[in-house]
Amino acid sequence: MLELLNISWSVPEGRKVLRNVSLSIPDSGLTVITGPNGGGKTTLAKIIAGIIKPDSGRIILNGEDITELDVTERARKGIAYAFQQPVRFKGITVRDLLEIAYGKNLPESELCMLLQKVGLCARDYRDRYVNSSLSGGEIKRVEIASVLARNARLTIFDEPEAGIDLWSFTGLIEAFQEIKKSPDRAEVIISHQERILSVADRIVIIEDGMVKEEGLKDDVLPHLMPTISCPVKQVEMGGERL
Amino acid sequence: MNSVSEDILRIVSDWKGSFCGAYSIREDGRSISRMDSEHVHIKPKTDKPGLDIYIDDDAKNETISIPACVTHGDVDDLVYNDFHVGKNADVTIIAGCGVHTDNGEPARHNGIHRFFIGENASVKYLEKHVGLGKGDGRKSIDPVTEVFLEKNATLEMETSQIGGVTDSHRVTNGKVAEGGRLVIHERLLTEHDQRADSEFSVEMNGDGSSVDLVSRSVAKDESHQDFKAVIVGNASCTGHSECDAIITGHGTVSATPQLDANNIDAALIHEAAIGKIAGEELLKLRTFGLTEEEAEERIIRGFLR
Repeated sequence: MLELLNISWSVPEGRKVLRNVSLSIPDSGLTVITGPNGGGKTTLAKIIAGIIKPDSGRIILNGEDITELDVTERARKGIAYAFQQPVRFKGITVRDLLEIAYGKNLPESELCMLLQKVGLCARDYRDRYVNSSLSGGEIKRVEIASVLARNARLTIFDEPEAGIDLWSFTGLIEAFQEIKKSPDRAEVIISHQERILSVADRIVIIEDGMVKEEGLKDDVLPHLMPTISCPVKQVEMGGERL
Repeated sequence: MNSVSEDILRIVSDWKGSFCGAYSIREDGRSISRMDSEHVHIKPKTDKPGLDIYIDDDAKNETISIPACVTHGDVDDLVYNDFHVGKNADVTIIAGCGVHTDNGEPARHNGIHRFFIGENASVKYLEKHVGLGKGDGRKSIDPVTEVFLEKNATLEMETSQIGGVTDSHRVTNGKVAEGGRLVIHERLLTEHDQRADSEFSVEMNGDGSSVDLVSRSVAKDESHQDFKAVIVGNASCTGHSECDAIITGHGTVSATPQLDANNIDAALIHEAAIGKIAGEELLKLRTFGLTEEEAEERIIRGFLR
């Protein structure tokens, strides 16, 4: 179990991004963290991964205080983090990236399966460089595949739906559900996406740097809809239903 | 052949106890083993050290290995090898070089290779350089490559200096005729206080000719590299040069491109990017459990592949 205890963090200019956040992520199941943009969700994910060090508070993983551990050490403790904005590399191919994540050479069948899960054809992509030659959607899928390759105890995806087309998204949901079924793997997804929310076990709403609400999906989801309002003003046009 | 040569051959020419095809092995300034094949004929020069390598017209799928080993200090080896490639031939030439010194004395190899490539012929040229051995002895490799491509001929050159060479002055010149294609991929790694200069000068003299020159380099520690590329378009042609360099520690790189378009239909491009490894690249690999040093090493290995 991952426990966040009284986590606070401010940007160097002083604005408070997280205010005294306490949260528990169970050992298994899918927890979706949602809430308005700028509410502190990504900061929270980066604090779990060790990328940002909190100003105060403790992080406990399976009873061990990992607050002072760096990114590498936390990765080795079983934390995997898929960036919202994937990184482009000099000299790293898709195969390289997946093998570094996997920790050793990947059998061809495993490589194909991982890329297939994110809607990419291994034959076309395994030797491509993870650089600007890949589109935003392609690199996002490679990022997710690399994190899937880690088979980590705790996997965090930060807005995985961004840049992913609808067709591939169905495959992604299946991949998320596969992790969710595993009895000893916890999964955290930061998302606004309704389909991801609908497969959550638990939902946490972060707003203005605080936990506004958390609980089982069926308890939280009904309160959530007004929070994620549609920014486009809709006008009823009448006519036939298509 | 001594054991140092065997080590060098394994590194620079994928030698596994023997070569397949024609070959000549040079050790400490002399040829110690040589073999022709049906379509490749290797003749020692009579006026200076080196070889004339004749590849027959229409020779296909031949591999020619011409490695050179300097196995101890106080050797200053100079060799002139000329490759005469017949029309329509399609061959691979491997010309690795290693210099080794343990006794504090300098060791140097200076290989001057000229390629005369006939019409419609296609050559893949692989050249790998390495410096080995302990002590302060300078390990120098100063290769000169001159390429003359006739009509519709192609040379693809993969050249790399993979570490341990204290000083290197590399010169590559080319003249490309109508429809000819010259592709050069260079990989350079310098460490400690090593120095490497790499100069390219290519003239495209025939319509439809092209050159693609890509240099990737890593300068670590206190090392320094100079990259100079001159591409001259004298006809309707396309030229591209690219210098992509990573610097770490106190490494420094200087890139000087020059493009001369002497024909209205010459299309020439140069790209250069020099900088350290982006922090986010290291961070991403650290989220996979690599330390910062392991992440840097992994990125450099991929970059210089």
